Amino acid sequence: MAHDVNTKTAVKNAYRITKVRGKTALRIRIPGGCLHAKHFDLLKHLAEVYGDGLVHLTTRQGLEISGLDYAGIPEINRLIMPLLQDLEIGIGVEIHDPAKGYPSAGTRNIAACIGSRVCPFANYDTTSLAQRIEKEIYPNDYHVKVALTGCPNDCIKARMNDFGIVGMVEPQYDYQRCIGCEACVKNCASQVTGALSMHKGKVKRDKRRCIGCGECILKCPTAAWTRNPAKFYDILIMGRTGKKNPRIAEEFIQWADEDVVVQVIKNTYKFIDEHIDKSLPKEHIGYIVDRTGYPVFRDKVLEGVKLNSGARVAKHVQWGGCRYSSDVFLSD
Amino acid sequence: MGWKFTEAAFKDLIVKLKADYTILGPKRFVGQGRFSDTDLIRYDEIESLDEIVWNEKSTFSPKEVVFPITQTLFYFIEEKFLEPKLDENKILIFLRPCDINGIRRLDTIHLRNGPQSDSYYAQLRERVRFVMMECMEGFDTCFCVSMKSNITSDYDMAVRFGDDEVLAEVKNDDFTRYFSLDLPRVEFTPGFVQENTIKVTVPDGGEISAGIYNHDMWNEYKSRCIACGRCNTTCITCSCHTTTDIFYDDNMRAGERRRTWACCHVDGFTDMAGGISFRKDNGSRMRFKVLHKIYDYNKRFGEHMCVGCGRCDDNCPEYISYSSCINRLSQVIQETDACVKIP
Repeated sequence: MAHDVNTKTAVKNAYRITKVRGKTALRIRIPGGCLHAKHFDLLKHLAEVYGDGLVHLTTRQGLEISGLDYAGIPEINRLIMPLLQDLEIGIGVEIHDPAKGYPSAGTRNIAACIGSRVCPFANYDTTSLAQRIEKEIYPNDYHVKVALTGCPNDCIKARMNDFGIVGMVEPQYDYQRCIGCEACVKNCASQVTGALSMHKGKVKRDKRRCIGCGECILKCPTAAWTRNPAKFYDILIMGRTGKKNPRIAEEFIQWADEDVVVQVIKNTYKFIDEHIDKSLPKEHIGYIVDRTGYPVFRDKVLEGVKLNSGARVAKHVQWGGCRYSSDVFLSD
Repeated sequence: MGWKFTEAAFKDLIVKLKADYTILGPKRFVGQGRFSDTDLIRYDEIESLDEIVWNEKSTFSPKEVVFPITQTLFYFIEEKFLEPKLDENKILIFLRPCDINGIRRLDTIHLRNGPQSDSYYAQLRERVRFVMMECMEGFDTCFCVSMKSNITSDYDMAVRFGDDEVLAEVKNDDFTRYFSLDLPRVEFTPGFVQENTIKVTVPDGGEISAGIYNHDMWNEYKSRCIACGRCNTTCITCSCHTTTDIFYDDNMRAGERRRTWACCHVDGFTDMAGGISFRKDNGSRMRFKVLHKIYDYNKRFGEHMCVGCGRCDDNCPEYISYSSCINRLSQVIQETDACVKIP
């Protein structure tokens, strides 16, 4: 059977060109990885009636329904309207014609750990922030990966993303309430960065070492350590996987507030517009920054951004990462 | 007889009382709870009626008002010493009956345990007056009725908070000069919780045999308890402290003597000279605390130390239920007949 499929259109519409001739797979975006159980009925219907009965959990917390016919795309797009309505339009994303399915797929689903709705370690509601960022950047088609994690444990592996947003909390210390039990100090030394030390029965915090994880607050039996209710974030940039130079993201802005996070990610699209190599079918943001250098990226994405007091911007960024080398092996 | 205050009239009373009293009550610290986006409720000075959180249980008890977490006893320099200047304001605390009964236990420990009363405690405690917040139902972890601490008459004023009014019983005549006597009189005496969901059977009146100290039931807590001390710090009756001389960094001939809360569950509590310490496993710390609360304090003073406020159960990160432990202990005593009754 002859297929006449515009693969460019299909891919932009969130359908994958699969290894099975004539069959495609649809990626459902789930910003923040949080899905209302009511949608399972529709997903089951799609997979069983139009696909091969399987639903794959994607690495970025989406769902991929495989074994679909290319010819069925228009009908499937109409069927998934309730998902677009609830998961995209419902959170403020502008989609002009929801009956035509996803308008783009380059900017990947925003992944997030379960966050403060459930996890005691999380320093913010990752689902809500994922939805806010989705609203600001989708449906852009540039290849950008954003992941949000509630604390530096980084369960979502935000460091493998172009933007990894790590929750920070500023611990506030009440000297009078401290009983010197050392729970925070011992824990910080063994689990974190050793930013706390005992001094005459009380605790000292080295601000430069503190990464704002909030473990001291969790451990304190007297609420001598409490939360500054304001939310802060560590913005990590340009981590990636891939065949060329996989690497973990490094710190860009520490102690940023939420508006700074959102504006920086938004401005990144202007930076891409200016610097992307237009001769290529697509170019990954990290490699664009490699070409321009960090200062060019920094200055562009900070344009018009009002940095909150306390936010610290990296002077230099030194990415490491691995490069595949043929020199390391004992034999050819 | 009582008085019926409109909300506005009671607010006004608080403003007037503040001229002579420092007023403390359970207060909400928004966003400052242990976990993100949670609140902390603890005792602190209140500026107005609106700040009193009367319909939730505070995480920490009011004991820190009469028994500060950190207290400087005196400063020293060379051969001289100086006691800190005392705040002369009287103190008014809004609290529940269980906590009033709890503070009576703190009084016993600090003032009537041995020949010497604790003067530092006494000089703070004698400035304190109570406003009892009526507590008719308690909360889901409370067992004050089992501990016979649901009722008290030790207060200057008792209040029932309504939607837009406050009913008050005023026992201290001195308070009447702070509000208009034209306010309506009502029949009001406070009620008390008559039954909690949680009922605790306390092994009562007997000598506990040595077998109980080594019983297998405590071993479970060796691994369950993480020795964080939250049961101690939130308890209204835990009264242990440690005393330390602090020498100032800039001049080691000056400093202060300070006392700080100490917790029998936390490492270091039993440290002695020579590196000796006792109750190294957390199971024996649990046993020590439980038996102190419902056995040896009672032997010495004729009532149980625990008042059943349930804060230890509310705050244990490992979900260890102290009230369940007491019930289990009673059952073990019954089953093993390890408790020799003394008439």
